[in-house]
Amino acid sequence: MARDGGVSCLRRSAEMMNVGIESAPLDLDEVHVLAVDDSLVDRIVIERLLRVTSCKVTAVDSGWRALEFLGLDNEKASAEFDRLKVDLIITDYCMPGMTGYELLKKIKESSNFREVPVVIMSSENVLTRIDRCLEEGAEDFLLKPVKLADVKRLRSHLTTKDVKLSNGNKRKLPEDSDSVHTTSLPATTLPPSPPLTILSDSSPSLSPVEMFSSSALSSPIDDEDGDVLLTSSPESSPTTEEESPIRRQKLRSPGLD
Amino acid sequence: MDTLIAQLQKQFRDYTISLYHQGFLDDQFTELKKMQDEFSPDFVAELVTLFFEDCEKLISNMARALDQTGNVDFKLVGSSVHQLKGSSSSVGAKRVKGLCVVFKECCDSQNYEGCVRCLQQVDVEYKSLKAKLQDLFNLEQQIVQAGGRIPQVDI
Repeated sequence: MARDGGVSCLRRSAEMMNVGIESAPLDLDEVHVLAVDDSLVDRIVIERLLRVTSCKVTAVDSGWRALEFLGLDNEKASAEFDRLKVDLIITDYCMPGMTGYELLKKIKESSNFREVPVVIMSSENVLTRIDRCLEEGAEDFLLKPVKLADVKRLRSHLTTKDVKLSNGNKRKLPEDSDSVHTTSLPATTLPPSPPLTILSDSSPSLSPVEMFSSSALSSPIDDEDGDVLLTSSPESSPTTEEESPIRRQKLRSPGLD
Repeated sequence: MDTLIAQLQKQFRDYTISLYHQGFLDDQFTELKKMQDEFSPDFVAELVTLFFEDCEKLISNMARALDQTGNVDFKLVGSSVHQLKGSSSSVGAKRVKGLCVVFKECCDSQNYEGCVRCLQQVDVEYKSLKAKLQDLFNLEQQIVQAGGRIPQVDI
């Protein structure tokens, strides 16, 4: 299956998307999703699913990276930084190091992000697991493999619910964040190709960065040199159907205002 | 030229349908195809490439763990099987996923012979799928090179 590179189609699509995109680094009307999954294959799939439903996506490979991206990785609240605009966090449940459930709890404990809807994905349909996540404040629980219909449903829910919180946040510039890297690819993952440019202040639009997988073994997460960070902007294809909003499964009010 | 395209398209259709009917692929593969478009025409091909690389890596991990005679860490094997089950499910590799289910049960019950058998089967299976998908993608290329359109196949 000799193709010219693991991300060539993704790079091409990024170049296509560069055309005609406004110069602002982030359109506040765009839905920005943070996707968390330790599996490279699943990360690519969820990222694609979200992009074809017009979401901007940042994909990371662990709960720790997610917290890092959100600026929640240290105890001190970074009040002086502008808050990141994240409209939805979608995370795998089973991950080494920090599970999706643990990540959910940390997000719900944070003042900046507790109102961001968190969706859990899992390959296992375990009722106690689902209940536990919903009780902790998860917005929804998706059974893997995630389908286009699932994501469209989530997407339509995001547009119908009140998104004043995310629009009210100011955006934290990605290059200020430690978690954004232009990394060179480890040899074991993707075929060698020049690193793609990541989004930065000067770039007029968003392009996907290279992605690589972390170790397949269930070793405890350690801070590896490279990040898995894939940020890309939505496809030009709009959502064609508006599904009815998903049933809200919040069993516990976030207790705000 | 038209006859050639039509022939290739028919071959492509028939081959695709047979892969589904024989259980190599399931509707998740169809989902992936839905997400492919003219801007990302190689999305599925590149994704399955990564999947097969993942297979190779995970299977090698499993083999290594099973090789520790007398001291097999079944949890470690099980963890790799779980990962393979997940990614095979995500790309629609139905047979590989099915084998992983059985394999996981062998790991959970610490059935060494069962695990070794499953490992061999999963190795054969992913390679077989890889070859078949390669043929499918080659057909696609031939159609495009002949100036034709890749047909939408409804399963």
